Amino acid sequence: MNEHLSISAEELQAYVDGELESGRRDAVAAAAAADTALAKRIKQYWIINERLHGRYDVMLADPVPHPLLNILADRARYPGLRAAAVIAWIGLGAMLGVGVTMSVSQTTALRPLAEEAAYAHALYTRERRHAVEVTAVEVDHLNAWLSKRLSGPVVAPDIRDAGYTLIGGRLLPDAGVAAAQFMYEDGDGNRITLFVRQVGDDDRNTPLRYTRTHDVGIVHWLDGRLAYALAGGADKQHLLSISNQVHATHNR
Amino acid sequence: MDRFERQLITHMPRLRRYAWALKGSRERADDLVQDCLARALSRRHLWIRAKGMRPWLFTIMHNIHVNDVSRDARAPQEMAVDDFDHLADTRVGSEGHQALEEIDQALQRLSPEHREIVLLVGLEQMPYKEASIVLDVPIGTVMSRLARAREQLREQLFESNIVGVTKIR
Repeated sequence: MNEHLSISAEELQAYVDGELESGRRDAVAAAAAADTALAKRIKQYWIINERLHGRYDVMLADPVPHPLLNILADRARYPGLRAAAVIAWIGLGAMLGVGVTMSVSQTTALRPLAEEAAYAHALYTRERRHAVEVTAVEVDHLNAWLSKRLSGPVVAPDIRDAGYTLIGGRLLPDAGVAAAQFMYEDGDGNRITLFVRQVGDDDRNTPLRYTRTHDVGIVHWLDGRLAYALAGGADKQHLLSISNQVHATHNR
Repeated sequence: MDRFERQLITHMPRLRRYAWALKGSRERADDLVQDCLARALSRRHLWIRAKGMRPWLFTIMHNIHVNDVSRDARAPQEMAVDDFDHLADTRVGSEGHQALEEIDQALQRLSPEHREIVLLVGLEQMPYKEASIVLDVPIGTVMSRLARAREQLREQLFESNIVGVTKIR
């Protein structure tokens, strides 16, 4: 019972952040199981992180103000920009909707779809508590919210037939524009994600393409105004068959 | 726009999120991001690709922020108007909203050092090693600073209301 007396404040934080090596991690977990006050404290540290995300993550989907983009586009003019930036920024706040549309056409700095999807996949699938922003419990809200931010219908496809259950989804920044990610899990805890990017008003369709990047298998395609990339650790055939289902649900 | 600049752009949303939480004001946050971008561009030759762009950018931002803090300490400026409500998320109900405002206030009561470490690890989700590079301190310092900072936040957010209950029990 006195075991947890030897847990330092630093180790407790490392436990919260997943930075503790497995031996000590088990010791902290055992101590927390035997001590409700300690368990409560750990939970409170987690809640702090959740509240930080709840408070500030909204900025990730905020269009990058033009003054900031302009620094990159026109560095020579930088010295005079700071005052102008504040003014432009106030103006932009007043017409946020316009800002979103403009940044779609202005921003050409998109990373290749497969690469962006692979990064987002790697980043969030290993999260336990912050894997998604909105859980599947609120799937209607999730769809409505993402549709609003991606300026058109976005629906989390139902792929339970393929053995994957929706965990939820999140909004993602994509070179200053809103993108979305849905996350699914199979019975063994294997996760796949579907990355959804806005590609403009072109009504283009492409066949499914498979690629492998950063150790993640990706199947991607264009479907109207959205581009999709399904990412996962499963093999090529498996990913292609799931992608077919996703594609089918969208064109049903 | 070249590869370096494209990569820079993809980091902007995260830099802006961190700067906003750090400064407590969007206006001051975007000033900080702007200074950071300008400095990154002028020192692009110092960037070592293999080491990744995130720690490099956050290091630049940290250094500018530290200078800001010491300058403000020498000559206190009028606080910028806090504009958190401007971006208030409509999804959050009034109760949730209150909790979010609490975290703003609790953060702003921390020392600048403590605020940085809580945000780098808790919000930016940096590994301790990366945070130690950004802040240019040993990992042990990252850990002890983080422990103190998080405990202060925890006390502010969870302890003040339940002191009475604890005593009765």
